Amino acid sequence: MSDKTADRVAAATPTHIARKVRGLSDRAIAWIFVAPTIFLLLAINIFPLIWTIRLSFTNYKANRINREPEWIGFRNYERILTDSDIWLNMQATAHFLFWTIFFQVLIGFTLAWLINKKFKGNDLWTTIIVLPMMLSPAVVGNFWKFLYQPQIGLFNYIIAFFTGKDPSSFEMLGSVDLAPWSIVIVDTWMWTPFVMLICLAGLRSIPDYIYEAAEIDRASKLRQFFTIMIPMVLPFLMLAVLFRGIENFKMFDLVVQLTGGGPGSTTELTSINLKREAFEKWRTGYASAYAIILFVTVFGLASIYVKALNKVKER
Amino acid sequence: MTYSKLVGASALAIVVAGAATSVQAEDLTLCWAAWDPANALVELSKEFEAQSGHTMNFEFVPWPNFADRMLNELNSGGKLCDLLIGDSQWIGGGAENGHYVQLNDFFDAESISMDDFAPATVYAYSTWPKGTPNYYALPAMGDANGWFYRKDWFEREDIQAAYMEATGDELREPQSQRELLRIAQFFQGREIDGKTVYGAAIFTERGSEGITMGATGALYAWGFKYENEPGTYDMEGAVNSAEAVEALEFYKEFYETATPPGYTNAYMGESLDAFKSGQVALAMNWFAFFPGLYADPTTGGDKIDFFVNPPQNIAASTLGGQGISVVSYSDKQDAALEYIKWFADPEVQAKWWELGGYSAHNAVLNDPGFVESQPFAGDFLVAMEGVQDFWQEPVYAELLLAMQKRVHDYVVADQGTAQEALDKLIEDWTEVFEDEGKL
Repeated sequence: MSDKTADRVAAATPTHIARKVRGLSDRAIAWIFVAPTIFLLLAINIFPLIWTIRLSFTNYKANRINREPEWIGFRNYERILTDSDIWLNMQATAHFLFWTIFFQVLIGFTLAWLINKKFKGNDLWTTIIVLPMMLSPAVVGNFWKFLYQPQIGLFNYIIAFFTGKDPSSFEMLGSVDLAPWSIVIVDTWMWTPFVMLICLAGLRSIPDYIYEAAEIDRASKLRQFFTIMIPMVLPFLMLAVLFRGIENFKMFDLVVQLTGGGPGSTTELTSINLKREAFEKWRTGYASAYAIILFVTVFGLASIYVKALNKVKER
Repeated sequence: MTYSKLVGASALAIVVAGAATSVQAEDLTLCWAAWDPANALVELSKEFEAQSGHTMNFEFVPWPNFADRMLNELNSGGKLCDLLIGDSQWIGGGAENGHYVQLNDFFDAESISMDDFAPATVYAYSTWPKGTPNYYALPAMGDANGWFYRKDWFEREDIQAAYMEATGDELREPQSQRELLRIAQFFQGREIDGKTVYGAAIFTERGSEGITMGATGALYAWGFKYENEPGTYDMEGAVNSAEAVEALEFYKEFYETATPPGYTNAYMGESLDAFKSGQVALAMNWFAFFPGLYADPTTGGDKIDFFVNPPQNIAASTLGGQGISVVSYSDKQDAALEYIKWFADPEVQAKWWELGGYSAHNAVLNDPGFVESQPFAGDFLVAMEGVQDFWQEPVYAELLLAMQKRVHDYVVADQGTAQEALDKLIEDWTEVFEDEGKL
């Protein structure tokens, strides 16, 4: 049937067009299909990247259109890498990154393990747990700001209930010691469900017969956990860590809503600092160098990580 | 005339009439911050619409995002705003980067004299380079940072007695910064009508300009200067003078001992909320909010009174307020200039004050009835005599963000000393001016 249709179409095609079509090689047709995508990729990703690299060697300021940018070599890079304040931002980012991933993996995996057990209301609990993930980070940041409010905030009252402290005696967002943890708590609350879902997918991909075989071999539950469950879920878990790592490295909205980078610069993550340099101070050249440094860092770490992930998958 | 000629002539007449109408009636957009005076301006502008036939549209952006939003608009050559009431610090950038239309010729042609406006406002809102007769804005909204307090609490005999016992002084409007702190500390954690109240709401905001605007209230009163000689960018010994260090230490003490818990990132809105909810005895904020505060049914009227930022070594207040400029990217500059001409009229200025805007026109300010017209009017005049502003350089944003960081790091995050904070601030500012080729 389809052959007949094709024959009819071929017969109906004017000769000069048919000749042209016949003249195109498979490679040319492939290029025709791929070309729009490549063009978009070049226009949207590659060109801005190259342009950013170029700007990073200048003192260009986007708000000073009348001033000719000067080529200043590696001075922006040198300034950034020797600026102690930027290293403090990097430390704040590392603290945020490490602890959010640590807690999200720990709690996310535990929740997935619990949800994976067959019990009544399983689906309802899954839905309830994933709710925070569906909210907008700006909304989450705003309402946690209220929860952390020392005089009326529920969070302070809950802590006060368990510790006997006065609720207004501590400030989660205003204290230099507590503010970095306050953003870790909120991000963990919001994104643990994401890690849980990925872990759940991993757990459900383990065929039952493997556990059954282990049971027959009289392997204990603990041994099953460490020799079956963990190795088989590990690629999924590593993928979740990769996603959360990249996301949290560029964390902006949630933290801006919660602390605005304060108190002082305690929670000023690199992305917040970069935004201030680029769009508040308008140091475009400097901010470009900053962005390139961050890009290389994330790209480098992610590449190493993906290689490790592939090795784990190959095992 | 044949039928076809008649139709052609009619069509031409319609086109010409349409074109004439479109020249006369424009859709103008005025951009400003979203706050009480903006609502008053909407009301006021209805008169302009009726007179001119132009339609006024308004783009009001909340203060924390105002600078970001509007400076992005200007830097990208956007046509959103035909008229912009931009912050005083933007005047340098607005002039040097070509965002604002220079108004000298227009003022001359329309006989608008800058001598008709309060000198401090002309200097701060209109001129660039500072103090030269190059005008890029018409003073639109005079403003300064002032204080207000719970008059009803101050007048209570039990509270007055307790204050006398605690300090040995009479409870009154503070005459110095130190007295201000003493009063705020007295109220901190005090039980009034069964409710715990706190001393004062001050500015501690980190993201935009809050803590700088608050801390400069103390710095200026101690005699802080940006430069040893104006225009030299010579800051060593001025910015980090002994007086400046003392003032910054004072502001930190104020924050630590006399503000409500959790008051770590507070600006205008938070100050108003703290006062209106009966949480604090005193609060700092811009005069622009005072009409609204006085009209507040809960804490306004007889319960509130106002005072100028108290002096310490000198009398000085932090300048607020803005001038109105015509955006150079606008296609409707003629209509926008028409609005400025109308706005500069003394009668319109009088109505502007009546509606809640702060006119800077001498005809309004020097009117014999002005001081009595509002409970804060006299304070406003006093404040405007001693106002000082932040840098108005084209790179003001870099300078401001550096100060936000250094002051917040010291005052709120308790990192380092006041001396270190100001020394680092000089380093930051020096780097900015070096990049600009001014040092």
